[in-house]
Amino acid sequence: MFEGAVQTMSSAEAPVRMPEKVTVKGLNFFYGKAQALFDVSMPLYGRAVTAIIGPSGCGKSTLLRVLNRIYDLYPDQRAEGAVLLDGTNILDPRLDLNVLRSRIGMVFQKPTPFPMTIYDNIAFGVRLYERVSAADMDVRVETALRRAALWDEVKDKLRQSGLGLSGGQQQRLCIARTIAVNPEVILMDEPCSALDPISTARVEELIDELKSQYTIAIVTHNMQQAARVSSQTAFMFLGKLVEFGPTGMIFTSPSDSRTQDYITGRFG
Amino acid sequence: MTAQHTVKSFDDELRQLHFIVARMGGLAEEQLANALSAITSQDSSLALQTIQADAKVDELERQADQQVVQLLALRQPLANDLRAIISALRIAAHIERIADYAKNVAKRSISLNELPAVQPVHSIPRIGKAAISMLKDVLDAYNANDAAKALEVWNRDETLDDLYNSLFRELLTYMMEDARNITPCTHLLFIAKNLERIGDHCTNIAEHVYFLVTGRQPGGERPKGGKDELNVVAPVKQTPH
Repeated sequence: MFEGAVQTMSSAEAPVRMPEKVTVKGLNFFYGKAQALFDVSMPLYGRAVTAIIGPSGCGKSTLLRVLNRIYDLYPDQRAEGAVLLDGTNILDPRLDLNVLRSRIGMVFQKPTPFPMTIYDNIAFGVRLYERVSAADMDVRVETALRRAALWDEVKDKLRQSGLGLSGGQQQRLCIARTIAVNPEVILMDEPCSALDPISTARVEELIDELKSQYTIAIVTHNMQQAARVSSQTAFMFLGKLVEFGPTGMIFTSPSDSRTQDYITGRFG
Repeated sequence: MTAQHTVKSFDDELRQLHFIVARMGGLAEEQLANALSAITSQDSSLALQTIQADAKVDELERQADQQVVQLLALRQPLANDLRAIISALRIAAHIERIADYAKNVAKRSISLNELPAVQPVHSIPRIGKAAISMLKDVLDAYNANDAAKALEVWNRDETLDDLYNSLFRELLTYMMEDARNITPCTHLLFIAKNLERIGDHCTNIAEHVYFLVTGRQPGGERPKGGKDELNVVAPVKQTPH
């Protein structure tokens, strides 16, 4: 099914095929003349967390950025191949990008709250897509903040600036902002790199809760984090997908020696 | 072999752990050989030495345990490193049991040496040799990370079981023929059982070595000898003298 990449088989292969929310098929990506992704094919299973790991420059963040076509902002960058979201190729130039980005949200490494109130941080995105009454908006904001495990900490200061929150809280605010528009897929690019261990644990707990509703892809440098939060792991190297499989197998018995060398600290 | 870890001290610690287990293995081999020697040469002082030497193996097992806990806590090992560390822990435990059985054989030999010799004692070297060879080969497999060799040892336990079962029958026969044989034969029975258990532990070690190298369990049913020891042997008719 995935030519080129090694599929790690678990000893207890689930007979039920998990639904694929997103399917990457033969993806090639270019920054100008330089090719950054080479024939990448992999699934993102629905309502599951997929971790993407690999050394610096392997293409993991590039891959993530293709999934919601954020590279479209840069004329020099282009993708070839297909990325299917529920069977529809999102690389199609005729696709409505705004709609796409409401279905696939993104959380970045550095928390990026808008310079607005906490309330407006959430409401801003919702207003872009929907007409919502003031009362309904209050509900939307509260729901999003509750889901992001932030409500109790900010409910009494919704009209204060989002920039006044701590790093961990800002990141959870960004996650709340993302889920307020009811996406189906959430992409996370090293969401905890800038956070302390306690905030990191809170975000990981949040990911655990969110995965029952959303399809999540997380790029991370932290092997232990990938091991903790994900059910599938993809290892990338030099722009290629080297190995993909159940997280438990990847971290105890990977099939490819490059995967093993990377995760055991034998790289470089 | 795979490349070195970028952080070299990790490699040093893994090597240390491997060395402790290898040393335990070497001592266990020696213990077993000496215990068997004590029987065939009727050498009770060698038996005593063997009994005392068991403490060294126990101490090494404690060191192995400590090293494993440190590695797990401080290095967060994954993949082959994780399997190597977990396997070392399990293998050390099995080697310690093997050495205990060797000590028990040595203990029994002292009692045996004070009794008149019985014919079945001549069957002991054969079963002893089979046990020693399993132990040596499985330890070689561990030292060389050799899954094929480990699998070969894994399949060999049946031979040792067969030897044990046949000795068992022989001993029952001797005990029934003449009541004066009962005491020495009972000691021999325990000795044979200890050797058979050593074979079982070698099979376990073989499984762990296979897992260490391949990440999988060896397939199929664990090879076992027949259940002769559960058979009932009919008593020989007593002919009046």
